[in-house]
Amino acid sequence: MDWTALGLSLRLGVVTVVLLLPVAFVLARWLAFSRFRGRGFVEALVALPLILPPTVVGFYLLVAFGRGSPVGAAFESLVGHPLVFSFEGLVLASLLVNLPFAVQPMQNALAAIPPSVRDAARCCGLSPMAAVRRIELPLALPGIATAAVLTFAHTLGEFGVVLMVGGSIPGETRTVAIAIYDRVQAFDEPAAATMALVLLVLAVAALGITNTLARRAARRD
Amino acid sequence: MNRRRGLLDRVRVVGALLVSAIVLAPLAATATKPEAASSPAPLVAAASDLQFALDEIVAAFERDTGIAVRVTYGSSGNFARQIAQGAPFELFLSADEAYVATLVDRGLTRDRGELYAIGRIVIFAPHGSPLQPDARLEGFAARIASGRAGRLAIANPEHAPYGRAAEQALRALGLWEAVRPHLLFGENVAQAAQFASSGNADGGIIAHSLALAPTLRSRGTFALLPESLHAPLRQRMVLLERASPGAARLYEFLRSPAGRAILERHGFVLPEA
Repeated sequence: MDWTALGLSLRLGVVTVVLLLPVAFVLARWLAFSRFRGRGFVEALVALPLILPPTVVGFYLLVAFGRGSPVGAAFESLVGHPLVFSFEGLVLASLLVNLPFAVQPMQNALAAIPPSVRDAARCCGLSPMAAVRRIELPLALPGIATAAVLTFAHTLGEFGVVLMVGGSIPGETRTVAIAIYDRVQAFDEPAAATMALVLLVLAVAALGITNTLARRAARRD
Repeated sequence: MNRRRGLLDRVRVVGALLVSAIVLAPLAATATKPEAASSPAPLVAAASDLQFALDEIVAAFERDTGIAVRVTYGSSGNFARQIAQGAPFELFLSADEAYVATLVDRGLTRDRGELYAIGRIVIFAPHGSPLQPDARLEGFAARIASGRAGRLAIANPEHAPYGRAAEQALRALGLWEAVRPHLLFGENVAQAAQFASSGNADGGIIAHSLALAPTLRSRGTFALLPESLHAPLRQRMVLLERASPGAARLYEFLRSPAGRAILERHGFVLPEA
């Protein structure tokens, strides 16, 4: 059992959730409440990581954030090490591929709030920020929690992108999913089996939590 | 209202779990590697034919010096690309000196490095495989002729030196075109060995150093292929720009009689000291 890899995966999951959820909430709110031309296009863009092969995402990340790119060069001169093959690079990749997992549950939850409720909030003199805090956030809570759990669980399982931009560096980019791959190649099947079981249990737990949240949300309606 | 509260509690539990994960993850990471806290352990990129030999060398090195080492195994071509793109490796043990040369040309290394071993390839067949390994691959040729041949695993010749040596040997024996539809490509030679020994293929052409490892020896039999069938696998190592003193000490250890003895025991031919 590679504890360093498990610790790294958990850290990556938490960092992704903490950074992604606020941004995704703003995006979800915009998509849920605004009517504008090109909304379908934005929604498709958000959903893209769901169907795009991880190797495609990884390839574009290497091109866009590698040493030769302006972003990669700027990051390297600022931080002192390249963005790819680093934990920060994994975080960036993770934020991108998890976008649909974070946005879609929150967008659905927000869209399910009856317009009359939001109108009432405005009529009662709640400022837009107060309406978000006191009406939208509580009502969308199951969706937010689902987004957090799905993003966290999906980050633990991400493999293709991490393989392309990570480089399996212990304590830096070797996540549990990569460690399993490495252990199989090293003929260390017992270690691979233990780690696979840990990921299986976490995935089942994540689905259990999201299903419970969805049921509760449905019962409330 | 109660239902609402129950949901909030649940969210709080999930939140608490997440927060404890933030706190515990670095703890778990440092608890397993005490040295990691003070100065990060030297980071080594090693060709995957070294999987077993280098594990043993690193264990001996850590025992002698108390310096923990982090090793990543993979294909040499892939590592050369990653290092050129800025991967933070400190020591690169390539299975092919050409990849080291490209890094030297780009000014990414301390010096020109040193030849540390010459690799050999074998044909490996797992127990229960209809294939009997022989040095001229006559067994596999006969299976192709009979139309019953299964898969033969090799490393990807495009970026894995052992895959290229396997391709050269198959070409030298005049079997390349006939074998091609039966080939199964591993990302590197360790994965090819894993495919070859899994029982899902007739066998594979893999590194001698892997075939000699107890885990593989218990799974099948092998025959050494003549060196004349392929260009020599001249394995070169080199310290990279960012090499720490710990990485330099491991480099010296690999050149020492103790390091060389372990390489030799794992089936490598040693270059002149």
